[in-house]
Amino acid sequence: MSDNHISSEKYLNMDLMRFTTAGSVDDGKSTLIGRLLYDSKAIFQDQMEAIEKTSEKMGDGYVNLALLTDGLRAEREQGITIDVAYRYFATPKRKFIIADTPGHIQYTRNMVTGASTANLAIVLVDARHGVVEQTNRHAFIASLLQIKHLVLCVNKMDLVDYTQEAFNKIVDDFETFSHKLDIPDIHYIPISALKGDNVVTKSEKMPWYDGSTLLYVLENVHIASDMNYVDCRFPVQRVIRPQSDEHHDFRGYAGRIEGGVFKPGDEIMALPSGFTTTIESIRTMDQELAEAFPPMSVVMTLNDEIDISRGDMIVRTNNQPHVNQDIDLMVCWLNDKPLNLRGKYTLKHTTQDLRCIVKDIRYKVNINTLHRIEDDLQLGLNDIGRISIRTTKPLFYDNYRRNRTTGSVILVDEFTNETVGAGMILT
Amino acid sequence: MHSYNLTHLKQLESEAIFIMREIASQFERPVLLFSGGKDSIIMVRLAQKAFWPAKIPFPLMHIDTEHNFPETIAFRDKMVDEVGARLIVRSVQDSINQGRVAEERGANASRNNLQTTTLLDALEEHQFDAAFGGARRDEEKARAKERFLSHRDEFGQWDPKNQRPELWNLLNGKKLPGEHFRVFPISNWTEMDVWQYIALENLEIPSIYFSHSRKVLDRNGILLAKCDFVSPLENESYTDRVVRFRTVGDMTCTGAVESNAGTLEAIIQEVASALVTERGARADDKRSEAAMEDRKKEGYF
Repeated sequence: MSDNHISSEKYLNMDLMRFTTAGSVDDGKSTLIGRLLYDSKAIFQDQMEAIEKTSEKMGDGYVNLALLTDGLRAEREQGITIDVAYRYFATPKRKFIIADTPGHIQYTRNMVTGASTANLAIVLVDARHGVVEQTNRHAFIASLLQIKHLVLCVNKMDLVDYTQEAFNKIVDDFETFSHKLDIPDIHYIPISALKGDNVVTKSEKMPWYDGSTLLYVLENVHIASDMNYVDCRFPVQRVIRPQSDEHHDFRGYAGRIEGGVFKPGDEIMALPSGFTTTIESIRTMDQELAEAFPPMSVVMTLNDEIDISRGDMIVRTNNQPHVNQDIDLMVCWLNDKPLNLRGKYTLKHTTQDLRCIVKDIRYKVNINTLHRIEDDLQLGLNDIGRISIRTTKPLFYDNYRRNRTTGSVILVDEFTNETVGAGMILT
Repeated sequence: MHSYNLTHLKQLESEAIFIMREIASQFERPVLLFSGGKDSIIMVRLAQKAFWPAKIPFPLMHIDTEHNFPETIAFRDKMVDEVGARLIVRSVQDSINQGRVAEERGANASRNNLQTTTLLDALEEHQFDAAFGGARRDEEKARAKERFLSHRDEFGQWDPKNQRPELWNLLNGKKLPGEHFRVFPISNWTEMDVWQYIALENLEIPSIYFSHSRKVLDRNGILLAKCDFVSPLENESYTDRVVRFRTVGDMTCTGAVESNAGTLEAIIQEVASALVTERGARADDKRSEAAMEDRKKEGYF
């Protein structure tokens, strides 16, 4: 897909927003994405011709925009989306990455995957059907994954005569539920993806709506402060020792800043050793930096030679993460084989690999009502629950709410090597 | 207040560097697949940045069909020299000579599919456990379903319906003996991102990307360059046209586009107003709707 018609000067100044789209079957999600791509000129002629050809072959009777996102043969044949697909478009303000997650099969697993890196979630509701169980489920997952911005698009307004009553009822219903969630910024927009109302251009059919169009919200939501610029966290990916003539004594730590702002001269501590020193320099191949912040990939050099290797974390001495071996997680289970109580798993956290044992399954969450289930503690595919684990070595972490990178883990099956669980650290 | 904001291109760069460092640390024997095309040129630059001031800690490998544009090969050798990397070349012709694969027949014969065998043999020969590629999700619909870290079984096969979920930035590179991974650090880049980055970094690229005069024949709307590997059919003849190439592949299946774009700025303008995807001129993708998916399942790039 293209980024079209944008001058180079603007292009080099755009920021990046990642969002997920979620909806139930037939709520017009593909039409909405098709509309965004269309109206931002991100669909090419040959792509359009290809889907026209396929639509005709399948006897759809209309150009099925879902074919744009359904990239696999099985998806096109069965008319369903199996896996998360990524789409790209840009406006002169922003570049967008859409994680388009399927509405039915393995719904939770896919939405959690798409949501894990998203800044914003679009949840679609059919104006005729209002808030349904799936709406709440989508919103809950967005909240659980700490997506800070949610847009509830009330779609198919054309089928309810563009009436304000229909829209208001849905907004009221959703608010009743969303009070229980942890999403600071929620927008409500009445749209018709098919007709284009309030998607890119403001609708003339709904004079009673004085809010923004969807694209305006996507372009203007303030996402720069979604990252943590307070708690300095630098997980070390690799020690760089060139041992060349030019850089004979160079010893640098490569990694990505996952929290806070680091500056040369800062007093830092290395974990787990606890040794302290100061930052000598922060560099990239292009330049020496006066400061480094998330999500920059840099090389750090220190003023004292202390023992640091991959998996260690450099932090500010006066702001340290939790260090613990007994940890509570909200876990989303991603595999057909259920979570095994007292089972051992490989655990990946930042740049550390270790092992853990599942000591307790506290409760399971009914993701439609948010009620705790305490009498059935089997965590199977797509289930979400709270568990307690013990790790083989101390973990240096933050609460997931405070930092999505230092607060997240995955569990890996020790025999199949599959990623089976996604965990968000609570304490 | 001072704003901590990275532009989208710097974020994509940082993401790619992060992935390269993860792979170099999680795997024993990575390799970077290098074709001399613009995407693999960017990959080399990103690898330099990821490990600077140390050298790139893995070799580059080119699966050479020997149907490449001579300009690309000359460029490849020059670039490898300048970067100071180690280049491994494995040739499809050798695989044909050894009877591992048979040359396709017919007017549209291409060595594109044959590369898969040569590639898998080379990965096995060198026991590479992670192969970096410059594929992007915006290129093709099957690629839109790819992960950064894509698991391949002991036969080199991709199982798109059973991919490992990829959450946050936690890359799971665990595998059984004989299996390997393909790694796509620039998955999230678009064609425009690639061109803008080439301009930003002032990277050299092969001359065939720029407008030039060349003898071509028109086969089903695809302009094929005159070379020893394409024979004109009846009713086909060569004409002189001013063209350039949007992708760099085999001369047998990579179509030219008519263009006057002779500079990077002009190419960026052209890409900005393009109506057709860059792979629109690739005959290898036009064979069927699932051509790319089918090749990828067998172990293609």
